[in-house]
Amino acid sequence: MTCAHRFSINGRSYESLIEPSDTLLAVLRYRLDLIGTKQGCDKGDCGACTVLIDGQPQLSCLTLAQLVKESEQVTTIEGLANKEGLDLLIEAFDQCGALQCGFCQPGMILSAKALLNKNPRPSLDDIRLALSGNLCRCTGYTKIYLAVMAASLVLSNQAENLDQAIEQLKHAG
Amino acid sequence: MSIFPHGTTIKDSLSIEKHPHSGVGSSAKKIDAIDKLLGRMRYTDDISLPHMVVGKIVRSPHAHARIVHIDKDSVLSMPGVLDVIVGADLATKYGVIPWTKDEYPLAVDKARFVGDGVAAVIAESELAAHEAMLKLHIEYEILPSVLSTDEAKAEYAVQVNEHAKVGNITKHVDLSFGDVDGHLANSDLVVSENFSFHNTTHAPIEPHCAIGDFGTNGRLTLYSSTQVPHYLHRTLTEVLALPAHRIRVIQPPVGGAFGGKSECFDLEFVVALASMRLKRPVKILYTREEVFLAHRGRHPMKISMTMGVKNNGEILALKNSIDIDGGAYASFGMITAFYAGQLLTGPVGMKSYQFSSTRYYTNKPACGPKRGHGSVQPRFAFEVMCDMMAERLRLDPIQFRLINAVSENSETINGQKIGSLGLKEVLNQVAIKSDWHKRYKNLPRGRGLGIATSMYISGTNYPVYPNDMPQSSVSIRLDRSGAVHIFSGVSDIGQGANTVLRQITEQELGIESDRINVLTADSDLTPVDLGAYSSRVTLMMGHAAMEAARKARCCIADAVVLKLNQNSDRIVESRDLAFAGSRVFVRENKELGMDFNQALIFAESMHGSLVFSGDYRTVERGGDYRGGTIGASPAYSCTAHVADVNVDEDTGKIIINKIFVAHDCGRAINPLLVEGQIEGSTYMGAAEVFLENFLTDEEDGARRGMLVGPSLLDYRIPTTLDTPLIESMIVEIPDPNGPYGAKEAGEGPLHSAIPAVANAIYDAVGVRLTSLPFSPAKVLAALKLRNR
Repeated sequence: MTCAHRFSINGRSYESLIEPSDTLLAVLRYRLDLIGTKQGCDKGDCGACTVLIDGQPQLSCLTLAQLVKESEQVTTIEGLANKEGLDLLIEAFDQCGALQCGFCQPGMILSAKALLNKNPRPSLDDIRLALSGNLCRCTGYTKIYLAVMAASLVLSNQAENLDQAIEQLKHAG
Repeated sequence: MSIFPHGTTIKDSLSIEKHPHSGVGSSAKKIDAIDKLLGRMRYTDDISLPHMVVGKIVRSPHAHARIVHIDKDSVLSMPGVLDVIVGADLATKYGVIPWTKDEYPLAVDKARFVGDGVAAVIAESELAAHEAMLKLHIEYEILPSVLSTDEAKAEYAVQVNEHAKVGNITKHVDLSFGDVDGHLANSDLVVSENFSFHNTTHAPIEPHCAIGDFGTNGRLTLYSSTQVPHYLHRTLTEVLALPAHRIRVIQPPVGGAFGGKSECFDLEFVVALASMRLKRPVKILYTREEVFLAHRGRHPMKISMTMGVKNNGEILALKNSIDIDGGAYASFGMITAFYAGQLLTGPVGMKSYQFSSTRYYTNKPACGPKRGHGSVQPRFAFEVMCDMMAERLRLDPIQFRLINAVSENSETINGQKIGSLGLKEVLNQVAIKSDWHKRYKNLPRGRGLGIATSMYISGTNYPVYPNDMPQSSVSIRLDRSGAVHIFSGVSDIGQGANTVLRQITEQELGIESDRINVLTADSDLTPVDLGAYSSRVTLMMGHAAMEAARKARCCIADAVVLKLNQNSDRIVESRDLAFAGSRVFVRENKELGMDFNQALIFAESMHGSLVFSGDYRTVERGGDYRGGTIGASPAYSCTAHVADVNVDEDTGKIIINKIFVAHDCGRAINPLLVEGQIEGSTYMGAAEVFLENFLTDEEDGARRGMLVGPSLLDYRIPTTLDTPLIESMIVEIPDPNGPYGAKEAGEGPLHSAIPAVANAIYDAVGVRLTSLPFSPAKVLAALKLRNR
């Protein structure tokens, strides 16, 4: 029943005792103290528990922990900050005011991260599609689009920094 | 009105010097943004205490049933099971409104809706608790159930809640202002229409969660994802019979609430009692299904409205009759019955007004205060009526509203005292942005524009429980380290209350933000604030924060003056001092002064420890008639929406292309946060038009009374693909009763989004939809009727 399992999370190796029925979400939150991954519905509807597995956004509440291999790289929201600083998306969300209660943001940001990794210059429609699995109840999404677009302008070298990117986007309407 | 030190008054705050990056009026980043964005913020379920155990609540599968027997022994011997709690263990009735205490933490004697909590099991692990929950044998005697207002009214209807004095009525209100019948007789045009508004729910992404931790010192600490920690504190005292001074309520950051966490829920009482009995911390986290069952969402209403107008567009009379479906408990329902009528008399006014509203108990999850409590539903009806009248009188809907505008600094027909009210300005903004005058009535068939307006309270003059204490208090502690600590009982539920506290302190003391530490919602540490509801926070907490900071400033100034006069021939007085750039200096001679840290050291030397507090209390209570206090607010916000909509005449599908919204919030203490509130409100309103529908199965049979699809898949809250584009505009008409002129922004901008879409549909395809939500089937049926 209970067995030890190794995970690679945010570039680090973790070992945890898990039950066969444990979801990746439960292991992250309740066994590894990686509380940044949120539980909103525990049935795959809200997207708050989104993590990246080998760069792909996955719902950790629908992922059985024992099926996640050690060779697979799991990225949680905690992985978006390191000694060098914060991920650009984090700064963009902060600067654009793209959060209120903050509960959906970890999942939302990871979905956006996966999008920008694949497509550094997405259109508004690309962003809406990529984030359509992440429900936000506070913001009406408006400022989230702005944040993702601002980050994309910087990443694709069309703006020098976030301030400039936000200015550009506001002018463009 | 509070008088500030040195004879300054709140009015002095109306004209302020704005700084782009700090203080009042700046789009400062949220104080907690980085912690939230990085997942470091500890919401209630992120807290884990040593030896903590888990609770689960067993809920009634029947809409209405007598509880005959609960076989506790059937589970107490199961491995890991520690305790079973039943209704009799917590048999004290409570209710957020002191006059309608009509519910128990767990059902005693009978269950009143599918999902009513009947018992709780506490176990070592979630799995053990879950298994025990499934095994717990409860014997019920099924009773006939009431699932609609029509059933509730029936002569032989079973009584849902014995708190009702007559039949199934929670509250009935009849109020009349002016000669309605006379004015109707004198009207050139009288139109009557029936409207219905459906049931919708808050659906915060964070499920409700609570932890009880009873210490060996006989004190209970309760953590809860509530938006009313003070009411929770009061109610725990009543129900647990534990003195308030032995209870500490902590509200960790809340992951969305929208009114859905503004009263007590079963889990809070259960974890408290279980922890007291087991002497271990106990946690309960609702499942998503339980969040739906907890509900307290938008009341379904059936509204009959009659409006009489003169040919010149003047509204002479309005009659409004409302049936309200309340669900199994009163919740805030007594207020809802008033709000359904009381909040409709501005920003578009009338010469006479009469309303009659009745809230009924039914065997469904209780309705309560969802964002725009009680007034969103009649607002929909009224604004559609305005559109109909404008059409019949061949007036532009904007003109129609301006003809009937309530003036600033006036009183509405039902006695609400209006300060600032930017109706003209908000209408102007949305008209310009949407290119209204060119596009309205001129778009190709299938596409249309619609406009609507609304007004909302910024808190209520009368607190939920009668008392003469301040509605909000803030204390500030400064010391030789240079740190400034702000303490407030206020609930930051995402709207940014903590950030606003910091900005006001920056503004008043002229210091940079990084030395300000904000600590909120911990009853042991923070002074009382009544909670995050009725859009009261910025106005009330803002006043208290301003007063506390000004007292500190006064004291620091005294010490600085003393010091400066020691070394100078020129006598400096405290009114000569300025606080800016983390310095305290003589305004006319910037060199003469000291840095803020030094000033604190002198102040602490002179006065001792530096602790100050500020309060906000409402002096005036409201209209001089029974019910006149309900809807009376220190200040009223004003909103206008224009919706740009496409209607597919083949499928009946509505696509909202864009919503333009302008909102008069008096003063935007933080424009970025205000925009966020306007956008979020508009999104939530739009969702109620065409997507969200909180449905109960009303057929006879085993499923009677069950929610239809209590999940975020079936209850369709909008995704990025469903949400219209929203363009928000802030209008600032400072109100003399608001701190720096500020009024509310969190609920007002929801209201008129809904009728704006309804009116746009009329412009697009010429059908008047009066029954929400506007499903494709309803649209098609209306189109068919039109074509006949």
